[in-house]
This record gives sequence, structure tokens and C-alpha cells, in this order.
Amino acid sequence: MSDVTTKTILEVSRLTVSFERATGSTTVVNDVSFEVLEGETLGIVGESGCGKTVTVLSILGLLPETGTIDSGKMIFEGRDLAKLSVEEIRKVRGSKIAMIFQDPLSALHPLLPISTQICEVTMLHRGFNRDEARLHAVRMLELVGIPDAEKRIDAYPHEFSGGMRQRIMIAIALSCEPTLLLADEPTTALDVTTQAQILNLIRTLNPKFKTSTVLVTHDLGIVAQMTDRVAVMYGGRILEIAKTSDLFRAPSNPYTKALLKSVPDPSVGRIEDLYQIPGTADFSVVTHGCAFALRCNRAEQSCREELPELEQVSEGHYSRCHFAKEEYLSNQSKH
Amino acid sequence: MSSKTYTNGTEALGPTPRYGIWSRFKRNRPAVFGSWILAIVIVLSAIGPAVFGWLTGISSDYIPSSVENGALVRSFPPSLAHPMGTDDLGRDLFLRVFEGGRISILVGIFASVISLLIGVAYGATAGFFGGRIDGVMMRIVDMLFAIPYLLIVVVMMSLFGGNNAPDAVKQVTETFVFLTNALMSLAGASPISTSSGLFQIFFLFVALGSVSWLTMARIVRGQVLSLKNEEFILAARSIGVSTFGIVFRHLIPNISGPVIVYATLTIPSVMLAEAFLSFLGLGVQAPYSSWGSLAADGIKNIAVYPWQLVFPGLVMGMTLVALNLIGDGLRDAFDPKSSKS
Repeated sequence: MSDVTTKTILEVSRLTVSFERATGSTTVVNDVSFEVLEGETLGIVGESGCGKTVTVLSILGLLPETGTIDSGKMIFEGRDLAKLSVEEIRKVRGSKIAMIFQDPLSALHPLLPISTQICEVTMLHRGFNRDEARLHAVRMLELVGIPDAEKRIDAYPHEFSGGMRQRIMIAIALSCEPTLLLADEPTTALDVTTQAQILNLIRTLNPKFKTSTVLVTHDLGIVAQMTDRVAVMYGGRILEIAKTSDLFRAPSNPYTKALLKSVPDPSVGRIEDLYQIPGTADFSVVTHGCAFALRCNRAEQSCREELPELEQVSEGHYSRCHFAKEEYLSNQSKH
Repeated sequence: MSSKTYTNGTEALGPTPRYGIWSRFKRNRPAVFGSWILAIVIVLSAIGPAVFGWLTGISSDYIPSSVENGALVRSFPPSLAHPMGTDDLGRDLFLRVFEGGRISILVGIFASVISLLIGVAYGATAGFFGGRIDGVMMRIVDMLFAIPYLLIVVVMMSLFGGNNAPDAVKQVTETFVFLTNALMSLAGASPISTSSGLFQIFFLFVALGSVSWLTMARIVRGQVLSLKNEEFILAARSIGVSTFGIVFRHLIPNISGPVIVYATLTIPSVMLAEAFLSFLGLGVQAPYSSWGSLAADGIKNIAVYPWQLVFPGLVMGMTLVALNLIGDGLRDAFDPKSSKS
């Protein structure tokens, strides 16, 4: 990935998304900026409700009716995705940018055979006729490892296991050889063995189609295994963004540190000794300062009053904390 | 467990969704019984009069008469020659009942088709777009619902019945007559001609159809409303399917269960409405017959010639029961949780 000529596929800058509610609007994604480089896998980690999924949905303009993009740009192939018309964004969906969903059990249409569902995307975007689309669908199914693809293609989703269904979702997503794949917790609904297979599949297929990936997850193990760079989100903001190796070696934000500390290590101690971040992720509390200040072990008065900026601590490594530099340096001394 | 065999000869692992419905329906005895009754009534209505006429030489305008005790008698009780007797003009009641059956069944089917076309499209649009569009569209339905639908139909029939029918209805009627005559000449039968009675019948189709879609629209809207937030709809949007494609390829197949059930149950209720209108003299008029108009004729002679009411009523009652049994059977078949077996 240290290629000098790597170009930026998607550049999200200062994205802010809010949801309309009866009691007023809530900002769910706040001033989020990141870019996705060609061929790389960017991880987005964070707790439930921190805005990971909403960030990804807004890229494709798939926010629910109550959600709106208040500001920000999402530059993809020279165009701002936020400004495209309904018809223009529809042509991007599935062809240039594809998406894999969390729950393969509910993301496939239960009453249509999978052949229809795979063929639909190539017939829409690549102008295939029924026969071409079917041939292509069989090839895609073989590629994602569905045995006996030619015979299984007319089966219904409920005739496949969860892992198989996620493979089918991947086949649909990669059918048009998209430039960017948005994977929203693609393995959360699967058991650990299947999870490994699916991740392997994404990892081996992406170089084949030269596809960049945004991988949303809350599993740090997956982040370490799969991603080139990673963004840590909390309360709708990016708290830290860095190369994955840098982030694990030198976490420079108290939240990232706490997250890494909370990963259970079976070789050490009893379950009671497992570290927990105090409090719960309650994003409804409005603070002018850092959202994590309420739970942070080194928060000071200034943290609650003033929002820290995203500060560069080393090359390509940014942290949103008043103590970012100190946090970064504290890692140096340990090693 | 039964399973579907695919065209390429492989067995599916389990029953497909469609197959399960059919096998559950077949196990429902009342529904199967209803299907047979309905099939018999439809066959008798379609070809019964022609076959009967060919066997006995009696046609529907055949008027035999005999003089008994010095009086002219035309209403004969059921006999071998006239299985359901004759009406007070001497016309064979078997022929009249099943020729009337055609109109009664057609009214039911036509109104169901209209309720399918308008109701599904209207309800799906309202449910899918939601918000203000939904509000306006459903308030219109509420307003139409507030007026008893028979009242609307009665007003429509009295304003536009017979020769007052709108031109479009007249044109459809004339096309129908033209096509029928083309068939008739092939079969060597005498041609029919357009008349105010035929206009009346076709406008009756339209009038009943125009009020039959309201409940369907509500049902479809409710279903679409609950389905449109499912993840597979989001997934379909994420691959770039257009709004039209989502509504018609992804949403509507999912609601086919309740839609088919309700369409089946619409047929008997519309047939009953037609009978009621004809009974009042606002529906089908002589020389055409329907089950309602036959019952209206029969009730005048109920003390003297009871068969003139009994037979039309019996056939209509059996058909309505059969349709309701089928509708209930379909409802159970589409909902695996409700099956009692």
C-alpha cells in the first residue's frame, strides 16, 4: 500500500448527518472526514449507535426518510455524491459503489429465487440480457464458493445457510465490478468459522476486481486482520484515524486505548479482570466538549467544555484529543 | 415432506414458498369442496345452456303453454324436460339461471380485477411514498368509505344506467357484441345486438368495480408500509433498482398473499351487491337475467310457484358459500401459522 501513485477513490469531507425526530433533530454524524484510497480497505470501528452505519448509508444516499445530510462533500470520480439527482445516484448504486449488509437473512428477497436477484443488478447496469446475466451469475456464484452453482441458482434464499447467503450477497455486490465496496458489519450475524471464510473471501476477491473496501465493524480482531487503515468513531465523530498497524502499535486516543484494553485475552486472568469502559454510550447527552469525556479516565474540565480538534501525531495518524501528543508519546516510552 | 423438482432435474432442499401454499390448500377439505362447487357452476354457466339446448331443443326464449281447466298455464314445476321448472312466461328456468350465472360471475370477476388493478397500485403508491402523498390519498379513500358504497352505486346506476351510459362504456359494449357475433357466426348461432339492457350490464360492471377497490387499497398500503423498511428493500435500493422496480418487483410479490385472499373474497360480496341492485330493479333487466333479477321475479310468485325463487337462490347461495370457503382456505394456506392440521 506504500505505492506513491495511489489515488483517492472516495473523499468524504466534513460530513454531517442529522435525523429528524418529534422532539427536534439529532446530529448523528458530525464533521466526519476520511478518504478511501485505491485498493485499500478502510475500517470504521465504534460502539453501536456511534454513526458508523449512517456514514456508510449516506455515501449511497440510502438514509431513511427522516435522515438528511446537512453539510459535507463526498467526492467520488470527480462528482459530489451528496449533490447527485435520484436518477444519477441510482446509476452509481450497485455498479460503481456496492454494499453488503449486516444480516444476509433479511437482505435477500425471501420470495424471489436468487437467480433473479443476482441477474437484476447486471441487467440494470451492464445491459445484459437474461441469458448473459444468468451465465454471469453462475460465474459469480462459483467465484464466491457456492458449490453446484448451476443447479443451486434457482433456489430460494431460505434454502441456503447464513454463510451461503452472505456469499450470495457478495456475489451480487461484486457483479458489476464496483470501484468501492461498502461492507456494513458483513459478519456480525454469522458464527465465527463462517465469519473467517467470508472475510477471507472479501480479502481474496477485492484485488481481483481492484475494489476498495470500507469495512464497518465493532470487532477489533477483524480490523487487525482485514484493514489497511482504520477510523475509530465515537458519538458521531472520528476520534482517531491511522494506519491499522500504527493504531494498534501506538493508539493515541484514550478511547482507542480503552477499546484495545477491553479485548478479552484468554491467556491472562479471569473474566472478572476484563477491562470495561465505565458508563454506557449515551449519545443523547449534549456536550460542547468531547463526547467521550463523560467516560474518559483522563478527562479534565477542558475536555467537557472545549471540543478537541483532529490533531496529527505522526504521518497519516490523527487523534481528536487534547492530549493526543502525550498519548502518542506514552506509547513510545513503553516500547 | 414434499419438494419441488427443478427443470434441470435436481431436488430442492425444502418446499418452495409457492409450493407450500398449494399443498396446504389441498389439505383444506372445505376449500377443496368449494373449489369443486365453483368449478361446476362455472362450467354449467359457460356451456350449460348451449349443451342443454342442443340436447332438448329448448332455447331460453322457448315459451310452451298449455290450457288446464280452461286457464293458460306457463309456469311448470320441475320435470325431466325442465329440471328447474319454468318461469311465469314459460321460459326454462335452468337456462335462465345459468345464463344469469354468466353475468353474476362476470360482475364478480370484473370488480375483483378492478379492485386488484386500482387498489394495489393506489395502495402501494400511498404506502411506499408515505408522508403527505399517503395522507392525501388515504383521506380520499376514507371519504369514499364514509358513504355507503351501495348508495354510490345506486346513484351511479340511476344517473348512467341503460342508454345514459357514458360513451366509453357503450364502445366497450359494442366491441363485446362485435366479438361475440364473430364467435356466434362460427358456431352458426343467431347474432345478438346492442341494447340499453347490455349498456346497463356493462355500466353495472364499472359501477361496482369503482367502489370495490377501497378496502384493497387499505390492505395493500398497510402491508407496503410494514415491508418497505425491511432490509431487503434497502438492499434492492443499494444495487440501484428504481422506485418503480422496487414497488412492482420487490414489494408487490411479497404482499400477494393477502391480496389474492382479499380479491377472492371480493367476488362474492360484489355478486351479492349485484343481486341486491337487480332485485331493486337497478341492475340487470329483462330479457337478460342474473341471479338477483331471477330472485326478484321469483319472489312475486313465491306462494304459487316456489321453485322460481328456490332454484336461483340455491345456485347463488352455493356459489357464494363456495367462494367464501375458497377465500378462507387461501387465507389459511398463505399463513402457515394459522393451519390447524
